[in-house]
Amino acid sequence: MMNHITIFPVLLPLVAGILLLLLPDRLLALKRSVSLISVLLQFIVAGLLLNTVNSGEILVYALGNWLPPFGIVLVADQLAAGMLAITALVAICALFYAARGTDNSGAHFHTLFQLQLFGLNGAFLTGDLFNLFVFFEILLLASYSLLLHGGGRLKTKAGLHFVIINLVGSTLFLFAVGTLYGLLGTLNMADLAVKVAAAPANDAVLIHIAGLLLFAVFALKAALVPLYLWLPAAYAHTTAPVAALFAIMTKVGAYSILRVYTLIFGAQAGTAANLIEAWLLPMAMLTLIVGVLGVLASTRLRQQVAYLVIVSIGTLLTAIGMNSAAGITAALYYLPHSTFAAAAFFLLSDSIAQRRDVMDDQFEPGPIIQQQRLLGILFFITAILIAGLPPLSGFIGKFLILNAALPHAAFFWITGVILITSLFTLIALARGGSMLFYRAQAPHICNIAPDAEPRSTMSLTVELTPVACLLLCCIGLVVFAGTVTGYTAATANQLLQPEVYIESVLRMEVIQP
Amino acid sequence: MELLISLIIGVLTASGVYLSLRGRTFPVVLGLTFLSYAVNLFLLVMGRLTIGNPPIIAADITRYADPLPQALVLTAIVISFGMTAFVIVLALKAFSEMGNDQVDGKHKP
Repeated sequence: MMNHITIFPVLLPLVAGILLLLLPDRLLALKRSVSLISVLLQFIVAGLLLNTVNSGEILVYALGNWLPPFGIVLVADQLAAGMLAITALVAICALFYAARGTDNSGAHFHTLFQLQLFGLNGAFLTGDLFNLFVFFEILLLASYSLLLHGGGRLKTKAGLHFVIINLVGSTLFLFAVGTLYGLLGTLNMADLAVKVAAAPANDAVLIHIAGLLLFAVFALKAALVPLYLWLPAAYAHTTAPVAALFAIMTKVGAYSILRVYTLIFGAQAGTAANLIEAWLLPMAMLTLIVGVLGVLASTRLRQQVAYLVIVSIGTLLTAIGMNSAAGITAALYYLPHSTFAAAAFFLLSDSIAQRRDVMDDQFEPGPIIQQQRLLGILFFITAILIAGLPPLSGFIGKFLILNAALPHAAFFWITGVILITSLFTLIALARGGSMLFYRAQAPHICNIAPDAEPRSTMSLTVELTPVACLLLCCIGLVVFAGTVTGYTAATANQLLQPEVYIESVLRMEVIQP
Repeated sequence: MELLISLIIGVLTASGVYLSLRGRTFPVVLGLTFLSYAVNLFLLVMGRLTIGNPPIIAADITRYADPLPQALVLTAIVISFGMTAFVIVLALKAFSEMGNDQVDGKHKP
């Protein structure tokens, strides 16, 4: 049984998704329970995997017992197990929020949600480049439909842009994969790492082209400047639980960059060593700057949160771009923090928007928000979390990143950009918060019937439980900061020693049933 | 033969890129289709062009055709076909909801 644990994060959502497709829509309560049970089980499995790989062991699962490099493998190392756990946590909270009624505003929400998780988990676990493409397509196809869930003009427009740009991205991915296969004759990532390192000098140019094409694709998924334009509209217009789940989607791009450019094009890759080192850091810092300009210019809360996602990806990739063990350690601490914080903020901004009647989430003086004290406190906590003020996890994350930047040649640039963008984020959030909570007016001034019913009928406590859970996860990151950084440091070491990964995959033996 | 194939891939890609940069949804969908045709051909020839060679290992055969690109291209065809169907339906939905077929939703006379 324990041999097969690696495939469960992929199988569980697939089986649950198929099961949910068979259940009729009127059994909504049953569908919700199946979906919830599936994500809870995924969380348990991810926890078990984390526990197993914590020792530094790498679990390799050969599908159908076909040995690598010819068969397709799933590989669970520390990075993959950590990503699975983060995904499962975000999914649980998003699903609890969706079960309030968002899941009812269109068909097959739960099926699509599970298939999205199927794609995400598969992308984190696969050890094969073509399989990574397939799982990308699965998660994208589910995300296209989830994005449109609930309908509406703005969603359709944002969805059309999102689909078209991602289809172009998929084509580029295939071109890159094809080039690598044509040159090296393999698509298994561990085998590719060996073959790239030993590639003759004649092929170097083509390998570089393929590697940089792959970088363009991953940069598109991660929403790196200049390929970020699809993100703000898509994330701002979709429903809150979907946006919360999408907080992990840009991280898939960051994960792929980390995986491919430490394993295949890492320091040991011969002519293609450290292929994107010259590109990643400047582009990530540019992303930070452009993202924070978007945060400052946003006219709606959800748009602002979408730009905050871009800022967080900029920070994350700046840390990864330093290409040092300390940088990756800091990035892997910042990754769960930024995912939880962004997901919580998307859910919270939906709760706030529902209580502002026609003003929705626009930064205009609106009606006084009911239960504004509780919502205000949560907004305040989320804001200092995202801006990176002490004592919450954003501060520790940014501190670790700045600390890792100390020995780097571009130290002044990195610290300057991160500190100044943090300041601007803080200003923008303070301005937004005071507009929403302090400049509120009595209903008769802003032309709203005084007895207007709030659009939300559920009790506030139930509604805000997922937000509180996500914020608690961030507080957990502070309380257990020692354990978490210990784990991320081990992960960074494992990533910077790809020999271990390559050895585990290529020396694998047939499992006796 | 190699020259012909690479010319075809090049022309398909160039047309695909040009069309997918157009402002209306129909040319964009066509452009995406061309791009996926180009990449499918590209994947197929990545196993090198061989004529009359079997893809199965046998004792008396020394030259093989690579069977893997065909499996890859089959997967890629299925995926791109599904995606094209999706994007066509989405473009129709956008046309009916926004009242025009511009990608950015703004009518240009």
